[in-house]
Amino acid sequence: MRHPSEPAIEVRNLKKSFRDVTALDGVTLALEPDRIYGLLGRNGAGKTTLMSILTGQGFPSSGEVLIHGTDPYENDGTLARICFIRESQKYPEDFTPAQAFKAAALFFAHWDQELADGLVADFALPLTRRIKKLSRGQLSAVGVIIGMASRAEITVFDEPYLGLDAVARQIFYDRLVEDFARHPRTIVLSSHLIDEIANLLEHVVVIDKGRILLDEDADSLRGSAVAVTGNREAVEGFIGGYRVLHRDALGSLASVTIQGRLGQTQRSMAAELGLELSPVPLQQLVVRTTMAAQAETPLENHQEALK
Amino acid sequence: MSAIDDSRPIFIQIAELVESEIVAGTMAEETQVPSTNEFAAYYRINPATAAKGVNLLVERGILYKKRGIGMFVSSGAREKLLQIRRSAFQVQYIQPLAREARKLGIDGDQLSDMVRQSLAAAAAEGSVIQ
Repeated sequence: MRHPSEPAIEVRNLKKSFRDVTALDGVTLALEPDRIYGLLGRNGAGKTTLMSILTGQGFPSSGEVLIHGTDPYENDGTLARICFIRESQKYPEDFTPAQAFKAAALFFAHWDQELADGLVADFALPLTRRIKKLSRGQLSAVGVIIGMASRAEITVFDEPYLGLDAVARQIFYDRLVEDFARHPRTIVLSSHLIDEIANLLEHVVVIDKGRILLDEDADSLRGSAVAVTGNREAVEGFIGGYRVLHRDALGSLASVTIQGRLGQTQRSMAAELGLELSPVPLQQLVVRTTMAAQAETPLENHQEALK
Repeated sequence: MSAIDDSRPIFIQIAELVESEIVAGTMAEETQVPSTNEFAAYYRINPATAAKGVNLLVERGILYKKRGIGMFVSSGAREKLLQIRRSAFQVQYIQPLAREARKLGIDGDQLSDMVRQSLAAAAAEGSVIQ
């Protein structure tokens, strides 16, 4: 940890509009150095727009961006310390993976060729085939390899797994943990496959309709909600006062997910009422929170199709 | 034995896994435990989370740090953990058992017979704790 007090990236009140569409609506975030962040949200929530701005590749309509404490648009050195792998990363038309890696090695000061070579072997990537002839999965592998071997202080992956099969994704996650342990850096992973990456994340940011819904330590989120199941009347009596994230009912049986931590007294009380308490996995918690927020705030001038 | 579930804080699960190894005797007192990076790679979790779990055990005096070498199991750690687990036994196992028995109409005598039988069976399997 270099400067534990100084965030790697800090943004304040970011707004971004494309004509009449609001992509980001007042986003304030601070990403601490040397952590793995998960940026989660539905399609069109504003993830990619936010990541472009976080990496100094896009401009906000208004708001402030500081990367390592400086304005990325006025500081040449900043961009070489950041690696952003887009979901549909473009490479020069006739490049082969070998040439793309050579170019990346010139750009990123901490490039590690040995790591790149190891990953090429792991993914069985054909080095001399032209990139435009690669399969979707192989193309994703090129992005993953550049992102990891860049060892950039800030590395951002936007859905890096498209076309990668389960084995290749596991290789990616395993190598990421290994390499991060040896070379800590700030990593942002945006993904729909929350349960696959949940254990790797130290911090979770959930964005919805251009706003931050959740910005919390992954381990404090786990256990921050509980599902209460049992007789409907008993359940309703028990959950009074808690924020309800989700309700399921089956005849006289109800299962309600509430936000909150229950103490030992409440647990014993639930047991005496014959109620079952079950923990809520991170993936479900994110889905429930997003859905609850959507139910609470009506859709405004935001278009779902926005990418 | 990758037993991490996603619905409880992972650092607590890491601490519990290490505690169970110590109770079972597979991690003996005064021996070195795996490094946080080894835990991270093995359980595929964030290294910072693994470190948090290990530090929790250091705070509780179950593990201690040898500078420049790594983490070790403290002397007396097993006995300490056994005491903690014994005192949690009633709440964690007996109370739910009693509630379920009541629900099913199993009375005290029947229940103690069943417990006695199960204890005998466990002894036959060769239990770890004498």
